[in-house]
Amino acid sequence: MLKYILIPLLPLLSFIINILFGRNFIKDKAHWIAVPAVAGSFILAVSAFMDVQAGNVINVNIYNWIVSGNFNVTIGFLIDQLTAIMLIVVTSISTLIFIYSIGYMHGDGGYYRFFSYLSLFVFSMLMLVMANNFLLLYFGWEAVGLCSYFLIGFWFHKKSAADAGKKAFIVNRFGDFGFGLGVILVYLTFGSLDYLKIFSNTGIVLGQTINIFGNDIDLITLICLMLFCGAIGKSAQIPLHVWLPDAMEGPTPVSALIHAATMVTAGVFMVARCNPLFSLSHTAMNTVAVVGGVTAIFAATIALVQNDIKRVIAYSTVSQLGYMFLALGVGAYSAGIFHLYTHAYFKALLFLGSGSVIHALHNEQNMQNMGGLKKYMPITYGVFILATLSITGIPPFAGFFSKDEILWRAYSGGELGKFLWLLATVAALLTAFYSWRLIFLTFHGRFRGTHEQEHHLHESPRVITVPLMLLAIGAVAAGWVGIPPLLMEHGDKIGEFLAPVLGHPHGEGSHAEEMMVMGMSILVAAAGWFIAYQMYVKKTDLPMKVGAMFQPLYKLLYNKYYVDELYSRIFVQPVLKLSDKVILGFFDAKIIEGVVNGVPNLIGAFSNKFRKIQTGLLSNYGLVMAIGALAIIGYIIFMR
Amino acid sequence: MENIILNQLSYPILSWTVFLPVIGALFLLFMRNATLIRWTTLLVTAATLVISLPLLTTFDKGTYKMQFVEKHGWIPSWGINYFVGIDGISVLFVFLTTLLSILCVLVSWKAIETKVKEFHIAILTLEAGMLGVFVALDFFLFYIFWEAMLIPMFLLIGVWGGPQRVYAAIKFFLYTLVGSVFMLVGIVVLYFIGGNTLDILALSAVQYPVKLQFWLFLAFFSAFAVKVPMFPVHTWLPDAHTEAPTAGSVILAGVLIKMGAYGFLRFSMPMFPDATKFFMKPMLILSVIAIIYGALVCLAQKDLKRLIAYSSVSHMGFVTLGIFALNSQGLEGGILQMLNHGVITGALFLMIGIIYERTHTRAIADYGGFAGLVPWFAGLFMVLTLASIGLPGTNGFIGEFLILFGAFKAQKIYGVLAATGVILGAGYMLWLYQRIFWEKPNPDWTSGPHPVWDLNLREIAALVPLVALIFWIGFYPDTFLSYMHSSVEHLLENINKRAYAGQENLTARTIMEIF
Repeated sequence: MLKYILIPLLPLLSFIINILFGRNFIKDKAHWIAVPAVAGSFILAVSAFMDVQAGNVINVNIYNWIVSGNFNVTIGFLIDQLTAIMLIVVTSISTLIFIYSIGYMHGDGGYYRFFSYLSLFVFSMLMLVMANNFLLLYFGWEAVGLCSYFLIGFWFHKKSAADAGKKAFIVNRFGDFGFGLGVILVYLTFGSLDYLKIFSNTGIVLGQTINIFGNDIDLITLICLMLFCGAIGKSAQIPLHVWLPDAMEGPTPVSALIHAATMVTAGVFMVARCNPLFSLSHTAMNTVAVVGGVTAIFAATIALVQNDIKRVIAYSTVSQLGYMFLALGVGAYSAGIFHLYTHAYFKALLFLGSGSVIHALHNEQNMQNMGGLKKYMPITYGVFILATLSITGIPPFAGFFSKDEILWRAYSGGELGKFLWLLATVAALLTAFYSWRLIFLTFHGRFRGTHEQEHHLHESPRVITVPLMLLAIGAVAAGWVGIPPLLMEHGDKIGEFLAPVLGHPHGEGSHAEEMMVMGMSILVAAAGWFIAYQMYVKKTDLPMKVGAMFQPLYKLLYNKYYVDELYSRIFVQPVLKLSDKVILGFFDAKIIEGVVNGVPNLIGAFSNKFRKIQTGLLSNYGLVMAIGALAIIGYIIFMR
Repeated sequence: MENIILNQLSYPILSWTVFLPVIGALFLLFMRNATLIRWTTLLVTAATLVISLPLLTTFDKGTYKMQFVEKHGWIPSWGINYFVGIDGISVLFVFLTTLLSILCVLVSWKAIETKVKEFHIAILTLEAGMLGVFVALDFFLFYIFWEAMLIPMFLLIGVWGGPQRVYAAIKFFLYTLVGSVFMLVGIVVLYFIGGNTLDILALSAVQYPVKLQFWLFLAFFSAFAVKVPMFPVHTWLPDAHTEAPTAGSVILAGVLIKMGAYGFLRFSMPMFPDATKFFMKPMLILSVIAIIYGALVCLAQKDLKRLIAYSSVSHMGFVTLGIFALNSQGLEGGILQMLNHGVITGALFLMIGIIYERTHTRAIADYGGFAGLVPWFAGLFMVLTLASIGLPGTNGFIGEFLILFGAFKAQKIYGVLAATGVILGAGYMLWLYQRIFWEKPNPDWTSGPHPVWDLNLREIAALVPLVALIFWIGFYPDTFLSYMHSSVEHLLENINKRAYAGQENLTARTIMEIF
């Protein structure tokens, strides 16, 4: 029991110690607290994983958190197969990235702050995946968002970083608005927020409707869609994807850990966790799948033309998250989690690799100013190639297995299956293209930066390259636990492991079709490589020509479909204008204050007028008395 | 005598708590040395907290009845008693008042240089007045405290305030007085209808004619709505807050504006259950307007103190929303949020006062980059920001969540609309934080004639208890929620039992009859 509590508690302790004493005492030794803490969590997580593998699913309540009337929610942990996998992913990648950060953040003025926030993040993420009820999930959910905000704005002197941090938090709040209300609706429907109580009692919701503006809406669909709002925000899906590319303002280890490998997958985890609810609503499932599929292709098209190395990878992350939702939406929950798991390794590797490049070039992020780095940075180049082979889905690298699983499940499942499969396959082609484009622009050709930079080019120190190489093992081999039965009997170990929580996907199709899907996926991956090779290695003037030929399209993609500009126009500016000019400037200052100050002024004005009556002249008083007397007499005589 | 539990302690704890500050103030009259006055006041406020603590530790959570009751005849011919006691609704506010009073003394240590004696006498009498409001169970006594605390507050703003202090003080005074006058009429009516008594508990047990309830509800509403303050009678608050000295702002935000909501809980709801049910919807609507309206105004604010003042309008909107959701979650969330808001906004005003001592400016645009200059200050301000936007793990979350839950349960649409306030809240608070603490610092503060310095020990001592409360309530709210359960359940039972059946479906015609 203590063992499980220690998993999140160790990073929390690291946070508390570093934030309180880091500034004055620990300073550049912060990693001596943080790394052992997170490594300790990793070891305990492995032990917890083995417990689960041995069949011990843990569900404990530690204390009552909020009790009010008939509302009751606890602080408690559920460690089942799904959580166990997440624990391994989160703690293993965290440990590597913590070590990497020792080198990457060396000499930064906020070194202790960096490790404090990173520790707090790990704590929050672990709470998120270990929670046994929706409200504790929500706690972790908001807390990881907070850490993301801190770390995006880590270099707070930069306005762009400060803006990006705030944007991430507020955009996420839009998603959480729905999510929070969804949680409340879950309680009002099921009378509990405890996962297992709810999931064992889903029957009561069937056929229930809820009235909204006179329309009867299926209750479970509404619940799922509201929960999904949160996932859209956290996992950067359309239309709330806008915060993630900006989040690259944060230090690169943060991009790798939070904005690629772990936090952004929280939405995927949550939907998978709630699979007993989502499975009850076709509408919700289709929404998840379509949002995922469309995001996958949408983000991939943007990635085609970006020049900032981290932004390319960021859009790639958005796109890959889309894949995961697509999988969830067609009911292949374990395929989604499988891709989450492989993606964590190869995407963290891509980010850390790009961090290594950026580090070597003294904070240059524009790929147009790179090139030819492979001879200077052989290790970085090597791991980059491995990660790219993995993400583009070349067998036997990790990404191939998980991506193929998703493509096959899409093809074989659901009413929208073929359409989604087509989307995903086109996205795979685009993925291969932009991934290889990144490699060729960065590592091939000749160096296009300054002489100054060229002079200092060097491979990164071992504290950076060793974590890269360890992650590369994951990027290569992580997928071997999910080999499709078609290729190997009982190869899909991860699917079988997760089955008690996520069930078995259903869908039919022949072996031939499965072979076709697999062949297609390899074919488009190769095609993407070929096109990129032609454009960026063979005929390097081709990109310019193509760009010029499709000028409007190029501009549209380069400007990310102008979504940011659109939101600014229709949300941000109007709200600011409304609050300033209409609400404060007019209503509050003129109308309400007009009345408030107007009444005393009116009284003052009246008294000024009436004061004039008191002239002190007897003749005036006499006149008024006479008129009054006449009026009374007249009234009595004529009116009665 | 069956609905009260007489004080079982060996000393009259409530009387001591209320009158110790008055005794302290009397002592101050004879002192001259400013340092001695400060230390004496600190000692008196600390002693008040200490002697009030048994209220929390020996409180019987299992009953809704008034506890620690003292009752003595006072003006028998008018049926007036000296009658005090507390229940699960008021106990936490006694604690909040005594705690914040200490911090006010601490934060005024350097800030108040003129008329030091008078200032501290005002603080102590104000404390006594506020405590009196929360413990009084006799309308006569209550009204005396209610009006008495206006005077020191008026003086705090009018004498030690900013440049616009006289305008702000008079506005504050007139606003509250106009509201209170209607309540006074209401009290007089209650006296005659309710059997020539001013005993609040006795008057709460009377079933008043429905028509009368509506008028009385409105009379009391006019007093309480101004105090909360509810939209649209909120405009005294930004002026009062902005011009008040730090201690005044802290008390105003921390305790004074809680009295309105407390009034609804103690008087309007138990005495006028039919009217409460009838006015539920308008109250919810006003609350939602306050939440959104206050938040929008915050987005446009350029003055640090005004921004926090308007955020109070928004947050108190949550409180009234919860209270008038009329279910246990809403009510308990509302009461807890009153405590939370006192802690959070009290601390925010403390911090603004602290930074103002260094910069002498309230214009947000003058700030920037302070996280690099005053890191401890920035860190604690971040904690308050997060509590203010209701991040889980802080007290703000517990309150807001329960309120939204209660509102959603009562009337879905109000829960949904109010939840938009959560988005806006994050918007204005984080934007504020960015403009003060992030980006490039204004060179004036780094190299200019007025370099800023980080928190000193006295300031940290004032803030630490509040920050501790933020996390305590955030992670283990049961300590505080458990005080309320019995009283809230009893209140709800009372409303549901005594309200005429079907009154919530009053038709337009009944309304016409009433007017």
